Amino acid sequence: MRPSPSWLSPKKRRQLLRSSNHSMFTPATRASRHDSSAPARSFVQRLRTGDEAAFLITLVCAASIVVITVLLVVELYSASAASRHRFGWSFLFSRTWDPVAGDFGALAFIYGTLVTSALALLLAVPLGVGAAIFLAELARRRVSDYLTFLIELLAAVPSVIYGLLAIFVLVPILRTIEPGLRAVLGFLPLFQGPFYGVSLFSAGVVLAIMIVPFIISISREVLLAVPLEQREGALALGATKWESTWQVVVPFARTGIIGSIFLALARALGETMAVTMVIGNQPAINTSLFAPGYSIAAVIANEFTEATGDLYISALIQLGLVLFALTMIINAAARLLILATEKKGARR
Amino acid sequence: MRKRIGKICLGLAVLAGGLSAQVLINAAGATFPYPIYSKWFDEYHKLHSDIQINYQSIGSGGGIRQVTEGTVDFGATDGPMNDTQLQQFKAKRGCEVLHFPTVLGAAVAAYNVPGLNAELNFTPEALVGIFLGRITKWNDPELAKANPKAKLPGQTIVVVHRSEGSGTTYMWVDYLSKVSAEWKKRVGTGASVNWPVGLGGKGNEGVAGQIKQTPYSIGYIELIYAIQNKMAYGRIRNSAGEFIKPDLASVTAAAAGVKEMPDDFRVSITNSPGKTAYPISSFTWLLIPQKIPDPKRREAIKGFLRWMLSTGQGLAQALDYAPLPKLVVAKETAAIAKIQ
Repeated sequence: MRPSPSWLSPKKRRQLLRSSNHSMFTPATRASRHDSSAPARSFVQRLRTGDEAAFLITLVCAASIVVITVLLVVELYSASAASRHRFGWSFLFSRTWDPVAGDFGALAFIYGTLVTSALALLLAVPLGVGAAIFLAELARRRVSDYLTFLIELLAAVPSVIYGLLAIFVLVPILRTIEPGLRAVLGFLPLFQGPFYGVSLFSAGVVLAIMIVPFIISISREVLLAVPLEQREGALALGATKWESTWQVVVPFARTGIIGSIFLALARALGETMAVTMVIGNQPAINTSLFAPGYSIAAVIANEFTEATGDLYISALIQLGLVLFALTMIINAAARLLILATEKKGARR
Repeated sequence: MRKRIGKICLGLAVLAGGLSAQVLINAAGATFPYPIYSKWFDEYHKLHSDIQINYQSIGSGGGIRQVTEGTVDFGATDGPMNDTQLQQFKAKRGCEVLHFPTVLGAAVAAYNVPGLNAELNFTPEALVGIFLGRITKWNDPELAKANPKAKLPGQTIVVVHRSEGSGTTYMWVDYLSKVSAEWKKRVGTGASVNWPVGLGGKGNEGVAGQIKQTPYSIGYIELIYAIQNKMAYGRIRNSAGEFIKPDLASVTAAAAGVKEMPDDFRVSITNSPGKTAYPISSFTWLLIPQKIPDPKRREAIKGFLRWMLSTGQGLAQALDYAPLPKLVVAKETAAIAKIQ
């Protein structure tokens, strides 16, 4: 079948296209394979109608992401060669970081990164999801719009500003609530030992503040996208407003909410400035959240500029590689989690 | 219309000619001397409008790397290049690199001890003990001995140090290595070290902020920062046995106290023998390749060095940098001829 002539109405043309071999939904790769049999005009025609052009342009966009990622990994891998050969896998399990002696290990930094990010999620997820439910389901439309505007503003604040606020405002506040926390939870090893203001705890709290806007903003969009019929169905079955929200709307939007949480986690894992300003920058593994620690991104930012010697720089780059791998693993875990919950949902 | 286009073209040609006559020199390196360097380069540009020096304060490590790679015309560093780095430079660039001291910096022991009635004195042993984590209380006998009049509290000492690699850290640990064999063995000297104790603050402002906020803390900060922010800082006993208050004069005295200035100027002046010398101070250096093939750039850089060593030194004190002692200036002026 020949491609539709342009004098047909768009609707008619689409019908014709759909019935033809060159269906609108056939990928261009197939179309190009057909080029030998189909007249050359067909491709030009399709370019004019936009399909091929759109396909190619978007393909280039998507491919650029792959190229950037691959280049990043290759560069990190090759530039960290000296350190990888010298330390091997023990790099991941050694807690020594001695630039003078040239002895490097990542464990303390991995620990600090994971602990602060986990603490940030622990604080930010209930807050963020709660706020998103309120804004999407319960608040008056106008209130919701104003608040959302404010939240999106928060997401745009540079992290160094959060860091300065953390040093000069948040840490003094934490100093005042620390005795209370110690009195209630002091029996846990997590809340023991002296508190100097800068600590894993402070870093976790400032990270939580930084990632909450992401969770709220995306979760709210996802909740708003839940079809009205779902809510109406629940209400028609006699559910209260809250029951319909909690038992129908939120589960429906679950995948998107989890997605927002993992986007926030990615930001927390890679956050540099705000963390280094309040984490205490001590490469040690302490069980207490009140103790200082160190994160991967923070040590790279701190030491890269003044690092001399190939092994030292190589070790810092390998830390970058470790952070990349960590992010990949956590993202993969997130995918699996989403898949698992979807299957469970389908079975129900 | 065509005439006007012609005029514009002519104008552009003149402008391009003017630009090509300009010598643009790129430099990069240490952050500590950045304020004085940018002042110098600016003043020098005012005197010689055809010479423009562009300085990026990316850190000493970056300065050494970039001058070795040849991506900048000259570098700057707070710690001299070591022998391996000199060899690397020679292998890559085929000539030597020259160190030119420009000004002096010092690190001071800043503290926050509430209710203290006197300025504190520190012996080298006390500083080593505190930073090794062996002296943990403010009323430790070692501290009490040096401060008989002060009412020292029995509180735990909180140690603060720089978290990022820095020239200030370099001179501080270089000093501790010189006065303590144990420090040299356990920790050593470097822009970043493996600290036995303490919290890391980012930058002078991070350390100063941490000290101000944490009662009973002690840390080291750059002298200029301490002066400008009115921090409390102590006297340190020098190798002549005097407790010296850090200021510009006692820092310059430390440089003058060096008995034999080596020809390559790669010298550490911590624990200087001078009687009035403050013991924790250091030069900061420009790193200039010995061979600069382009005659215009070579003459521009040499001209700048001559100016920096004469008029330039006079600008240092206004920005709280300690100027070089006269002997060093004379020796350096003679060394400019090495650049070919």
